[in-house]
Amino acid sequence: MSLDPSFVGRTYPPTAPYQVGREKIREFATAIGATDPAHHDPAAARALGHPDVVAPPTFPVIVTMAASRQIIEDPVLGVDYSRVVHGDQRFAYTRPVVAGDELVCVNTIEEVTNRGGHGFLTTRTDVSTVAGEPVVAVWSKIVVRGEA
Amino acid sequence: MELPTQTFRVTRADLVRYAGASGDFNPIHWSDRTATKVGLPGVIAHGMFTMALVGRAVTTWAGAPDAVVDFNVRFTRPVVVPDTDEGTEVEVSAVVKEVTDDGLTRLDITATCLGEKVLSQARATVRTPR
Repeated sequence: MSLDPSFVGRTYPPTAPYQVGREKIREFATAIGATDPAHHDPAAARALGHPDVVAPPTFPVIVTMAASRQIIEDPVLGVDYSRVVHGDQRFAYTRPVVAGDELVCVNTIEEVTNRGGHGFLTTRTDVSTVAGEPVVAVWSKIVVRGEA
Repeated sequence: MELPTQTFRVTRADLVRYAGASGDFNPIHWSDRTATKVGLPGVIAHGMFTMALVGRAVTTWAGAPDAVVDFNVRFTRPVVVPDTDEGTEVEVSAVVKEVTDDGLTRLDITATCLGEKVLSQARATVRTPR
């Protein structure tokens, strides 16, 4: 399939706030085997200067993957999700995510290319608090594999 | 400077737990039937699970759970996870490329499974440990 390059530069409306829960951070940290007390114990996190438990570096993907449905499910862009493969992933932090954050995502399509029958789509998701404080920028490149 | 290699065991149970915690329930990460139907050798780890293990390695090297400033990878080869008690292993190593005057350390990271690289262009910038 072919992706429409005219989508480059398109920005989607901000997503509904995602409430970062302490138990969700603990659950995620446990699932990846991250045992540092700052992911589990608010007192340990406070000792590092954070208001509550600190999320591991890839935690924001929970928020941004949900937010990216805006793009993946945009009927005009027409991505076939069953053919999607994850290409690249990047996180650029202003500060770590902590429990209690209410995060809003703004998705922008940065790049669309078609090569060798495959479509390549790079999105940037700017994640900030509901108060407008930037937290992390997340880039994701997906490959939409062509029909064999 | 080379940093000490860290090894992470990955089993099917880890993938199920990660699916639940992350909300990524793509069946190629738990169903051999689905994985082989789309041309994979079998169930593969979530790319983001592999990246999370690399993140653990990075924060361990940095000595702080909140040290990561920038982190990027390219997924080049799937981590196939057999349905055995042992599963498979991901090995993560890194070299320090640069220590900047403003307190940042840049790492070039290598992640392998069964001797083959599973990531390319894997880099992290962390606050330099004191």
